[in-house]
Amino acid sequence: MSSEPKIELGRRYKFAASHRLHSAQLSDEENWRVYGKCNNPHGHGHNYVVEVAVSGAVDRATGMIVNLADLDGYVEQEVIEVFDHKSLNEDVAAFHDVVPTTENICKEIYQRLKRFPKAKLERVRVEETSNNAFEYAGEEI
Amino acid sequence: MHQNEQITMVYLTRKIEFSASHLYHNPALSTEENKRIFGKCNNPHGHGHNYTLEVTIAGEPDPITGMVLDLKELKEILEREVTQRMDHRFLNYEVAELKDQIPTCENIVRVIWNLLEPKIQQGRLHKVRLYETPDLFAECYRNGATRG
Repeated sequence: MSSEPKIELGRRYKFAASHRLHSAQLSDEENWRVYGKCNNPHGHGHNYVVEVAVSGAVDRATGMIVNLADLDGYVEQEVIEVFDHKSLNEDVAAFHDVVPTTENICKEIYQRLKRFPKAKLERVRVEETSNNAFEYAGEEI
Repeated sequence: MHQNEQITMVYLTRKIEFSASHLYHNPALSTEENKRIFGKCNNPHGHGHNYTLEVTIAGEPDPITGMVLDLKELKEILEREVTQRMDHRFLNYEVAELKDQIPTCENIVRVIWNLLEPKIQQGRLHKVRLYETPDLFAECYRNGATRG
């Protein structure tokens, strides 16, 4: 087997946002039972960390898969400006009908970044706290 | 091995740190292009980082020792191949393997992969992740393997 490895670049970003976990398909009692304190009607917040992994050929002239300024600019525009210091339920259209669990946030960020034109998006990891992390690589079950 | 005996792949990761300086400059490009592409990383006198390297070996634990690979041995390989070569060095000028390459995280991690891969005799080198800062890293992993 060839020992030529696959190479990825990973970058971590941060945003702070509030959310409330509440499903319109469940009763108030069921919502409370399923989501517990995350169902608090006024919401609560987290400092989220988003880890983005991209792959591609390493350009001989620059030594880079992608210029970080381009990746940073794209993530800033597609994710940070949309999510940072926002109420995810109220301010982000994708979560008007979808519960903003970190699983769903992870998938939404993946959808937003997969059109990045300068490298292939491999994976998005979102840490809700330092003890909770979720990853999505675009697989459909 | 008995047919019904399950193969259990275990991933072992060891972390080391080294500090080094570098600069990004491609002599084939103009001064302006270098500045535009590389920004402050193009500072002619260089700058430095504390790098963190995570090396993951995949294998089955030996039935007698319970080890995928003796950690002491891995530590010595990393000391010899990486620390002695790169720690407290100016990567552009002092690491032969990086000669004529821009010492980006992508290129350094590939050099490290190529240095370590033939040296790992027990288990197989599976993944190498190099952090330049806590928010920026590059990762090499065996092509075709599950990332693990």
